[in-house]
Amino acid sequence: MHFIPNTSETEREILATLGVDSFNDLIANIPERYRKLCSIDLPPVLSEIEIARTVGALAAKNANSDTQASFLGGGSYDHFIPAAVDFLISRSEFYTAYTPYQPEVSQGTLQAIYEYQSQICHLTDLDVANASLYDGATALAEAAIMANAITNRNKFLVSPLINPLARQVLGTYLKARNLEMVDLPEKNGRTDFADLSEKIDEQTAAVLVQSPNFLGIIEDLNGIAETVHAKNALLAISVDPISLAILKTPGELGADVAVAEGQPLGIHQTFGGPYLGIFTARRQFIRNIPGRIVGQTVDVDGKRGYVLVLQTREQHIRREKATSNICTNEGLMALAATIYLALMGKTGLRKVAELCLNNSHYLAQKIAGLPGYSLPFAGQPFFKEFVIKTPRPVREIAQATLTEGFLSGVDLGHYRPEWENLMLIAVTEKRSQQEIDAFFKILAKF
Amino acid sequence: MNVPADLKYTKDHEWARVEGAVAVVGITEYAQSQLGDVVYIELPKVGDVISRGDVIGTIEAVKTVADIYSPLSGEIVAVNAALKDASELVNKDPFGEGWITNIKLADPAELNTLLEPSDYEKLIS
Repeated sequence: MHFIPNTSETEREILATLGVDSFNDLIANIPERYRKLCSIDLPPVLSEIEIARTVGALAAKNANSDTQASFLGGGSYDHFIPAAVDFLISRSEFYTAYTPYQPEVSQGTLQAIYEYQSQICHLTDLDVANASLYDGATALAEAAIMANAITNRNKFLVSPLINPLARQVLGTYLKARNLEMVDLPEKNGRTDFADLSEKIDEQTAAVLVQSPNFLGIIEDLNGIAETVHAKNALLAISVDPISLAILKTPGELGADVAVAEGQPLGIHQTFGGPYLGIFTARRQFIRNIPGRIVGQTVDVDGKRGYVLVLQTREQHIRREKATSNICTNEGLMALAATIYLALMGKTGLRKVAELCLNNSHYLAQKIAGLPGYSLPFAGQPFFKEFVIKTPRPVREIAQATLTEGFLSGVDLGHYRPEWENLMLIAVTEKRSQQEIDAFFKILAKF
Repeated sequence: MNVPADLKYTKDHEWARVEGAVAVVGITEYAQSQLGDVVYIELPKVGDVISRGDVIGTIEAVKTVADIYSPLSGEIVAVNAALKDASELVNKDPFGEGWITNIKLADPAELNTLLEPSDYEKLIS
């Protein structure tokens, strides 16, 4: 129990002050069986070399997108990351997740965030982006909270085909604020917006939808913003940032808020995080946006400079009344996204998106013709992910592909009983035709 | 410090002037002098039904942000749209062009709960 650098004398003094004889007396009301955990019998101490070998061997057992060709998606994707991204974000000038406590002395960090915000606005066609949030799921929840603050209404119409994990996070945030979450209906893998106008009542703050949705299908959002706005509610769309290079943007669709999981933009999958919460909105909502925004201004000498705006008002002055108490951002991940987008450029990102589209449609078409398999949502437009029905349990197929060097798709049965034997397959620009064909051959064995 | 005799006041430094069934509401000269240069005002929405003491907006100055509390219960029937582009009116003419909102009174008897000019003057002296 020597995690704290107290001398035994200090320890005795603390115990005496507390009026107990020993540490075990102090924790006497913790049941015996849990206390035993404090004295686990550990193997003898290893040298650094031995530890490196042991832990290295354990780590090598992990299958990941570096060791296998990955068809896994469902919110986290194996996109290509140019080596320059990792090199640049690892420079000591940049290597922190935080905006410094005296942000204005770190002009480089602020400029990078300002450029990130500008790129995100270009990508989404919306007016204002914040300096980022934790991840796509919390960004979605913050969008709902912002809509509640703007409209003073308590109800949310939520697509059932938003990523189930993001829906859980949303549910947690809304429940704690006594806000109501009502599911929209779905039809053939898409959100059913028929009768949307009748469903939006005077208590509806916003309609929340994800496109491409959890099943990879592009939602038909044409005209939805008009319907929502006619009832004085807001429209928030969760997007795949890569898809915006070829699909209609949230701005073009008339959205008030757009959020995204930014992981596809140059960020490693790393078993689930840290990721990047992208948050953008129309200019009129700037004072309700959560988190921080970096602004560009001039100093007393007329020289360009960058400053944090709104953060002082919200987090230092209004405190408990603040729009949000997200006090940090994913600075390093936002920087990775900035560098990625700068390296790709407009043409490069479009190329990535087109390759995703072509690769995934190539594999989907092949599987559609495979005996025993089918595409349950055939005919629905998709970007880089699609659902297949498998002749054997998804788990069995996943096991077989794993030993051959592949990570197969997400087992949708984890999320809904009626999705049993459905696999969600993601095909990014990284998959070569050889890999796709080899993966297909394994599927064909079942 | 100017404390017009024809107005009623709150201890949170709002003023109200009753014109028939409607009260014109703003913040006092003392309030604006304490806040400093006002850069943005979040106005209530016309149609909002509010109770006395509710936060009906915020005033953002260079160094601080303050809530505006409603001195009276009722319905917001007008807001001073000119403040959207010229928030400095609150500094220049807090009792005139810098008015904030009009409230249609739900209960005229509430006026008796507000401070008289002499009491308000004592409060800020």
